[in-house]
Amino acid sequence: MEIVKNVVCPFCGTLCDDIICKVENNEIVGTINACRIGHSKFVHTEGAMRYKKPMIRKDGEFMEISYDEAIDKAAQILAESKRPLMYGWSCTECEAQAVGMELAEETKAVIDNTASVCHGPSVLALQDVGYPICTFGEVKNRADVVVYWGCNPMHAHPRHLSRHVFARGFFRERGRPDRTLIVVDPRESDTAKLADIHLQLDFDRDYELLDAMRAVLLGHEIHYDEVAGIPKELIYEAVEVLKKAQFGILFFGMGITHSRGKHRNIDIAIMMVEDLNDYGKFTLIPMRGHYNVTGFNQVATWQSGYPFCVDFSLGYPRYNPGETGANDQLQNKEADAMMVIASDPGAHFPQRALETMAEIPVIAIEPHRTPTTEMADLIIPPAIVGMEAEGTAYRMEGVPIRMKKVVDSELLSDREILEKIVERVKEIKASK
Amino acid sequence: MSEIILTPKEQPQVPLEAKNITPDAFAGKTIDEIKELKIWHGNIQVALSEFFDVDGESAENASEMKIIIDGDVYNTKRIGQKMTAGEITVKGNVNMYVGVEMKGGKLTVEGNAASWAGQDMEGGELVIMGNAEDYVGAAYRGDWRGMSGGKITVYGNVGSEIAEYMNGGKMIIKGNVAIMPGVHMNNGVLIIEGNVVARVGGEMAGGTIVVKGVINEFLAGFKYIGVEKEIEVDGETIPGAFYKFKGDHATKGANGTVYAAVAGNGHIVP
Repeated sequence: MEIVKNVVCPFCGTLCDDIICKVENNEIVGTINACRIGHSKFVHTEGAMRYKKPMIRKDGEFMEISYDEAIDKAAQILAESKRPLMYGWSCTECEAQAVGMELAEETKAVIDNTASVCHGPSVLALQDVGYPICTFGEVKNRADVVVYWGCNPMHAHPRHLSRHVFARGFFRERGRPDRTLIVVDPRESDTAKLADIHLQLDFDRDYELLDAMRAVLLGHEIHYDEVAGIPKELIYEAVEVLKKAQFGILFFGMGITHSRGKHRNIDIAIMMVEDLNDYGKFTLIPMRGHYNVTGFNQVATWQSGYPFCVDFSLGYPRYNPGETGANDQLQNKEADAMMVIASDPGAHFPQRALETMAEIPVIAIEPHRTPTTEMADLIIPPAIVGMEAEGTAYRMEGVPIRMKKVVDSELLSDREILEKIVERVKEIKASK
Repeated sequence: MSEIILTPKEQPQVPLEAKNITPDAFAGKTIDEIKELKIWHGNIQVALSEFFDVDGESAENASEMKIIIDGDVYNTKRIGQKMTAGEITVKGNVNMYVGVEMKGGKLTVEGNAASWAGQDMEGGELVIMGNAEDYVGAAYRGDWRGMSGGKITVYGNVGSEIAEYMNGGKMIIKGNVAIMPGVHMNNGVLIIEGNVVARVGGEMAGGTIVVKGVINEFLAGFKYIGVEKEIEVDGETIPGAFYKFKGDHATKGANGTVYAAVAGNGHIVP
């Protein structure tokens, strides 16, 4: 058995980089240090059904075809569409994403990643009011007040608490006892059970609570007995803890980005963090889900100026989530073809979006059988990044980490598939 | 005033972008030249005449011209973008960005409008007889300067975040509003004659919001001042009794005003 050290886990945005993989006969058979979710991803590369050959749907049935035929077909679909949509990108590496941006520009497409259904609202908010962020290292070594708002890392990012709350840091020598943990969640989640202060607010009232907290922070009184279901005394107490922080950190997740008001909840949360910097040091980090969802936003920004929902239809990039997001394109029935890569909208998009997906040609670059591939007309299977292919990914707070290749695969990587499609699209355009 | 009549042919599945449908773009052109003006169909450019029959009489100046879109253009975006003078009347529904960055003239939509009607408006008058969706008179993404002048009137209901980052001008909504009207508002006047679900004037720094209907939920960042009668807003007297609030005190130095009709709003007074 071979031992591969310092492997980066391609599951969540925590991007743990201390995984040890046990390899036998070119197969990962075990891991050390990974959480349960990460471990499952490493040892179940085959999933319930792994595609090894490209497939095309003919008369309702899938038929195997060669990579060249599949790439030609994909290029034809994209080159001939008036408003193609390219969606996904969050479970692949930055080099592939960069080629994706080129493909989108070449085909005058709309390109969007899974941020538009997770932390897209955070992106909109930071464009409005800023982004006082820090790295994980600072949290571990300095943070004495840790806030988790609308997220449950005990289940979604299992090693997050052990790395940032329980861990001992340079200025927090005892670890957990040196930190105050505040959890804001309408549910009594497993993370909330560990909290020193649990603000169990009413569902969908994040903005109301933050509005009250900011007013208190600026020296105003609350004139109501309770706000968002929280007694005003508890709000005063929580604000006092935040004000006294030497180094505070706000981690926030889907519970606030997708409750009522969406980006405005993040906007006011960011503004509270900025206000708190009048007292001590306070920062924030979004709890990004997919391991490289942040990477796409970085790549898209440095290439087009916009982080997601980029519309190349006029030949130059434009941006307006609400119009150019994947769900907007599908639900408004604007898209006339779709390429899905490294994500599964078939499982996660609302019914109205799926109705459009069922009507238009769908290309899926996807290793496993998923609800998306069930709707696809063309499936192109890639090698899995972080296990069978290398590349760069960005951790949730924007630190790039190089992902390793652990085992070999005969399949093309996402980047190679996309490069071939770009090449073919250019040929088709040139011949017109 | 000369009239140009655009009769829409069938609206395609992939939307049209017709920022060329303005008196400014039509002025000084013959009917044949107007037919050849380019509009976008997805990622390809086509002539206006591919999707519209063009008829009528052109004029030398935009201010002497009225464009009538005689039918439903529910899948056409950006009608009246940056118009400075003249008139446009749409006898049907429109897609997003009607009257975006409008500077002058009058634009009337007799049906419904999709989101971002009157985004970044600077002047002129935009009237929507039906409903409008989200972000009426809002700012461009990431901008902290929204509508700065002109007047928007919506006779139906509207969605969320209308008058976002409003900096000036006047907006009147006759119907009901979803959440966050006047969010981050800095200046200007927003009058809502119907009901509001929640978060009126969230993070507002200045400006005035009048709600004649019922505000379902209110924010704790506002301070209750008292009851005022016959309030004066933008040089006009609005009859009736109103609860007056100042805020949103979640924002540093905030000096916005929210008036809520006494009838039906007792529950938001501390």
